[in-house]
Amino acid sequence: MSGGFDVLGGRGPRVDAVEKVTGRAQYTDDLTRPGLLHGALLQSPYAHARLVRLDTSRAERLPGVAAVLTARNTPRVPYGVSPARYDEQLFAGDRVRFIGDEIAAVAAVDLDTAAEALSLIRVEYEPLEPVLDALTAREPDRPQIHEAYARNVCAQVEQHFGDVDAARAGAYLVRQDRLSSKMQNAAFLEPQAALAEVDGRGRLTIWSSTQVPHYLQRTVAMVLGLAERDVHVVMPRVGGGFGAKASASAMELATCLLAQRTGRPTKTVFSREQVFLHGRSRHQFWHTMTTGVDREGRLLFLDHEALLDGGAAASFGIATIYYAGSLLGAPYRLRSMRYRGVRVVTNKPPCGAQRGHGGVHARALFETQLDRIAEELGLDPIELRLRNVMAAGETTCNDLAMSSLGMRECLEAVRDRSGWQPRAPRPAAPRAVAAEPDGLRPAGSSAGGNGNPLGVPISAVVRGRGVACGFFVSGAGYPIYRSRTPHASVVVRLDETGGGVEVQSAVAEIGQGCETVLATIAAEVLGVPVAAVRVRSGDTDLGLDLGAYSSRTTLMAGHAVKAAAEHVRDQVLAVVATALGVPPATLALRGALVLAAGAPVVSEAIRTEYVKEHRGWNLGLAGPHLTFAEAARLAFLERGPVVGTGLYRPPALGGSFKGAAVGTSPAYGCSAQIAEVRVDLDTGQVTLERVVAAHDCGRAINLTQVEGQMHGCVSMGVGEALFEEVVFGADGRIQNPSLADYRIPTALDVPPIEAIVVESDEPNGPFGAKEVGEGGIMPTIPAVLNAIYDATGVRVEELPASPERILAALRRDGGA
Amino acid sequence: MKRLVNLTVNGTARELAVEPRRTLLALLREDLGLTGTKQGCAEGDCGACAVLLDGEPVNACLVLALEAAGCEVLTIEGVAADGTLDPLQQAFIDAGAVQCGFCTPGMVLVARALLARHAAPTPREVRHAIAGNLCRCTGYQKIEDAILLAARRRAAGGTP
Repeated sequence: MSGGFDVLGGRGPRVDAVEKVTGRAQYTDDLTRPGLLHGALLQSPYAHARLVRLDTSRAERLPGVAAVLTARNTPRVPYGVSPARYDEQLFAGDRVRFIGDEIAAVAAVDLDTAAEALSLIRVEYEPLEPVLDALTAREPDRPQIHEAYARNVCAQVEQHFGDVDAARAGAYLVRQDRLSSKMQNAAFLEPQAALAEVDGRGRLTIWSSTQVPHYLQRTVAMVLGLAERDVHVVMPRVGGGFGAKASASAMELATCLLAQRTGRPTKTVFSREQVFLHGRSRHQFWHTMTTGVDREGRLLFLDHEALLDGGAAASFGIATIYYAGSLLGAPYRLRSMRYRGVRVVTNKPPCGAQRGHGGVHARALFETQLDRIAEELGLDPIELRLRNVMAAGETTCNDLAMSSLGMRECLEAVRDRSGWQPRAPRPAAPRAVAAEPDGLRPAGSSAGGNGNPLGVPISAVVRGRGVACGFFVSGAGYPIYRSRTPHASVVVRLDETGGGVEVQSAVAEIGQGCETVLATIAAEVLGVPVAAVRVRSGDTDLGLDLGAYSSRTTLMAGHAVKAAAEHVRDQVLAVVATALGVPPATLALRGALVLAAGAPVVSEAIRTEYVKEHRGWNLGLAGPHLTFAEAARLAFLERGPVVGTGLYRPPALGGSFKGAAVGTSPAYGCSAQIAEVRVDLDTGQVTLERVVAAHDCGRAINLTQVEGQMHGCVSMGVGEALFEEVVFGADGRIQNPSLADYRIPTALDVPPIEAIVVESDEPNGPFGAKEVGEGGIMPTIPAVLNAIYDATGVRVEELPASPERILAALRRDGGA
Repeated sequence: MKRLVNLTVNGTARELAVEPRRTLLALLREDLGLTGTKQGCAEGDCGACAVLLDGEPVNACLVLALEAAGCEVLTIEGVAADGTLDPLQQAFIDAGAVQCGFCTPGMVLVARALLARHAAPTPREVRHAIAGNLCRCTGYQKIEDAILLAARRRAAGGTP
């Protein structure tokens, strides 16, 4: 869909690509400042303990140590993500609540000295019994982790839409199924880092790997007792976030305080182990769903219970628990829905948001349950879904409005592309097991290794395919704190010299490509090449933007930059109209030229003045036609700086029930995927062979980037489906805090992905655009699980579907 | 006790005094200011610090600076040394193989070593070559596309 656009919907390069392929891109750890100190954190080795004694005197005396901070000499201001649940404090007071809980921070002349200083801090702990099992955390005999959370319940949700009980009474088929998962880690490539410096006026600047500069600014100001105007957050390049960098951390706060206390710039960088100890990634979930349908497979009700292990703090968990329920409201017509969720705290690293926030495992269970229902009804799973998908204009039972929704188109696209054959009712007898050589093993063998010329044992390999759908918000409808603040503001400023366009905003570029999205929208409006637009982003001095979370940037900052660019365009055209003596409405900007009534114009006067100003230059003007550069220069000469502003604030959204805000969004993206797998019945090993993915992103701003987000979603989903699991020991210690032992997909694990971009025209999106960054992960886990079932005949009810769990299921259920 | 090490980095001979336990990664990033080589894990798991040591990819976090004595080191900063992008870098841009960019320097260097050995690798060979370089953003699809694109362009145009 080109839609008559010049740059929108194309495949132009990212605006930050050259600096990234040449190594010039600077991430926080690449920065240095004169007189830089190095910060380091002392973290608890106990999951739960009382701090009996803390002696920092030897560390303070160590030459090269500039500051030692503990709870005793730092502000005791509670902070966190949700203002109603501020349950974190910088540095443990009398108690540590997880292995990794921060106790002290030091700043020293180098990292070796900082490490030595940490080793000189004497801490006496009185170990307490840790709460590590979320399933029993609410029992009365369990220690209480936070005073505010009786029985360790951090949040509890009860929602009921429609009448589930009545629907149940009239259902033709009712199924109850369960799925649980393990805690996961976002495992972005760049460990968190922060560099803080106080300038001569006392203003604090923090360069951070954050994905939420605005919330970081607020939290630093609140905890340090500074005015927001005296806290300046800057994002250098950021190496991925996926949610875990979406809140202010103790490391960032400590780094600011160290810089403040020492008067010297201080940098702190997490080790990979600390990335795991800090956590704030995907919760561990236990879901139970009871779903009923009528004889034709139409969904009548969903009764859903969820338990979330939140770790030792609320973090993003209040939003997480609501999302886990609300994101099941679509994309199927669901007449009634009940949700009961409980989030408990345990003595583990706090969990927060991760791509597909809260909804990923709920979606996984619901979509696998739909497959089971289809099977019981003798229906093809795609047919069952097509009978239930919502269409644009419908509203869910929990008041989410689908202003556009290409769900049917996505399903049909993956069905047609993958060559899906409608599935016949499953035969009762075990299906023939085909012996298939693994890609790396010699071919031409039959089952059991008979006739294998190399004598290498060949496993029995079965194949299967599975389908699933999902949807996601295009930006949370409300900010994290209660406010009528705009969610995004953007300034577009034309260079006074003419021709250059600068977009100034605080959007958080964490790799997802939002700078390119903003540049493309501005270029489209101003009729210039994307290369003429410079984007400055991630800087709280340049605007207000809530950050990179809830897939909000393209829609929200997209609206703001479109408005700002239009503002600039109108100013330029007004000046040119006066100069040419024509009505402004007859003018347009396109192809880096000014058009009048659709055709390039010639103005001797403007050209002459412009050329005179550049006497001696080779201007390289292609022809006599009035250029954007000349027009922009004229606008400055006539009226001074040409600055356009834009902002975006969502309309009031959603119902009035408790928690109604979570899940609301101005628009929703949706996706469908088909996964094809190979399962080795002897080893339980699953190999992805192919994923066909379709996503409705509204109108694509940049097709290559849309595909890139879809690929990334699938890749993360594959890891979560098959092997990602943070493993805890009996003492609450993470057993696999490294990228060797916490396995994320390598190039050999991710199959070829066929990405189909389904474009709808979203009425609430800028140029019709909506999200793609998170919705694309929703179908992946259930599509893989459904494919494993199709291949083996067994259901894995605990994620990840590791070889061990698949073998156990095969032994339990016989399989195939 | 520091010791002297002589090595060539991106074509320039260097002599540095380093602690014996200093890694090649620290030498590049901290002593030479070549921050294009990234530290993602410091234990050889992620490949973000991959550089070419006498043409072979290594994780610079696992190589001691002293081990690189007498070697030629190529970092990402040396790939487009004359100011024009290497065809591989251009292919990464054109194919959309870059997202957060943290893995990109290592990916480009490992791909360069691959193409030096196999002018026309298969998709499978590409995947094997980059299997030690983790990327959390792209799903590897467009990185594979970029490397194959660079190989095709080189075959078609005879670019070195």
